[in-house]
Amino acid sequence: MTYTKTDGPAASYTGSRHASTATQRDKKEIKLFSGFAHIALAVWGLLVIAPLIWVILASFKSNTEIFTQAPFSLPSKISFETYQTAWTEAHVGRYFLNSVFVVAISTAGTMLFGSMAAYVLARYKFVGNRFIYYLFVSGLAFPVFLALVPLFLILQNLGLLNTYTGLILVYIAYSLPFTVFFMTAFFKTLPNQIAEAAIVDGASHTRLFFQVMLPMAKSGLVSITIFNIVGQWNQYLLPVAIMQGAGAQEKWVLTQGIANISVSAGYQANWAALFAALTLSILPMIIVYAFFQRQIQSGLTAGATK
Amino acid sequence: MKHGRYPFIIGFLIVPVAIYGTFVIAAYVQAFQLSFTNWRGFSPDVSYIGFDNFTKLFQDSTFWKAIQHHILLLIFLPLLTIVLALFFAFLLNVGGGSKGGRTRGVWGSKFYRVVFFFPQLLALALVAVIFSRVYSSDDSGLINGLLNQVGAGPVLFLADKNLALWSILAVLVWQAVGFYVVLFSAGMGSIPTEIYEAAALDGATRGTLFFKVTLPLLWNTLQVAWVYLGIAAFDAFALVNVMSVDRGGPDGATTVLGLEIYRNAFDYAQFGYASAMGVVLFFLTITFAALTLRVTRRDAIEL
Repeated sequence: MTYTKTDGPAASYTGSRHASTATQRDKKEIKLFSGFAHIALAVWGLLVIAPLIWVILASFKSNTEIFTQAPFSLPSKISFETYQTAWTEAHVGRYFLNSVFVVAISTAGTMLFGSMAAYVLARYKFVGNRFIYYLFVSGLAFPVFLALVPLFLILQNLGLLNTYTGLILVYIAYSLPFTVFFMTAFFKTLPNQIAEAAIVDGASHTRLFFQVMLPMAKSGLVSITIFNIVGQWNQYLLPVAIMQGAGAQEKWVLTQGIANISVSAGYQANWAALFAALTLSILPMIIVYAFFQRQIQSGLTAGATK
Repeated sequence: MKHGRYPFIIGFLIVPVAIYGTFVIAAYVQAFQLSFTNWRGFSPDVSYIGFDNFTKLFQDSTFWKAIQHHILLLIFLPLLTIVLALFFAFLLNVGGGSKGGRTRGVWGSKFYRVVFFFPQLLALALVAVIFSRVYSSDDSGLINGLLNQVGAGPVLFLADKNLALWSILAVLVWQAVGFYVVLFSAGMGSIPTEIYEAAALDGATRGTLFFKVTLPLLWNTLQVAWVYLGIAAFDAFALVNVMSVDRGGPDGATTVLGLEIYRNAFDYAQFGYASAMGVVLFFLTITFAALTLRVTRRDAIEL
């Protein structure tokens, strides 16, 4: 990924410090500019963090406190009661686990089927290769809204409406265009010699793929797996179109569940519980991001830099 | 080698193509077909009504309202996001000044990048829920709570017709900026420092550096950014659906095509009409992307 190079200029600076020829006036100007840069950056940083901190603080407050205290005042006592309400009564726990279940299977499926198709399209010549490739890639040009009604009908006909199977298959289907596009480009860059050596050693095409080519494509696979996990975890339109009607609520995913708590809250709402629910869905993201921020950044920007 | 080649190819393609064909290709083909019918979902007989859906659509004031909103988003979402992101990316990469002809990033630039990027990881639906509370018109809202402290307000962000769409636009910008800061930073990082050094030796100011060196070399990235943000401007469904008063209100002041498609399909069972809207949305998106790429085309500068 190109972006790992961004620290280049900063790193090279140390070496040239003693070679500095800057005059006094330049130094002053630099300090001023650098000071201005810090203020501008800090302001935006604050704008990004403030709403999140506010949500976490409010999750420990009572409804009365939320209405009468200053937004960033500390809660009078730390109690996890609101979290209990959110997890059980507002079903956040269930929505969360539903999301984990659906995304785990659909991302695994996307990666397996996506890289299988991409591999064959990238490295084998056969009639219809280009046709199938463009069929997949053309999917990138269509807005999902266009497919909304027919998708609903297709799932209804197959009896897959309101089922995890339906949702998972749809997630896989709509993740394939980008996955195939990206992985085809990636498989094309892999060297031929190793593959040829494996064939000479008598490896079958299938074994060659799983034991030689997939491990070699690891960095591409990691990027695009992250891309798909984040994309599918955050999906909102597809679940609200597919998981609706009677009995659907217990199969809802997290985005859908939280949005519904907010929309249907009304006047007697338990805002504290909503804030607890929000915190429960934000915190795991913060933790995962803290550990994998480099991979996540490069995974999500992978599409735009290729 | 030749042996087992075709069974292998077919074996590897059949499942992905079947899934994709069933849920994506078939759906898109049917959408075009449905847009010429008056089907309401339950009646067994479907009649083709030609372009009636489209004629009705072009006389529908809600549709035109949605188009106006998309135009506003289409102008301001990319503009605000790209300007802010370029500004921050430039500060992060060369804001530390130049010493001995070398430009460098400000202290802590890595930390800033990590923080700025985080909203990109949150689902828009979640962001929408957070900001519908931030914007709350009473003292429980973040902004009105703060305004109340200084004796001002309340501002009715989402209930005021003239403010609602701008409030939603602000959230889209809030979420998007960090992604483009990282994207532009990557682009700026791959510009060789020698170019900056040479320019600085020639006495170029920071402004000149930005407009004469950074911007032209980032052109391709900017183009990608504009197309991405434009496509996002044609969506905005999650935010409008969750945040706006009366879904798309007040009085239709925030509605977008995605929301109208969803409502016509699932609230009013107007399957044909909703599909016609989808077809229009498709042509709008594709025209926008093609136009942008065409108008902004420039010879890439090879390094």
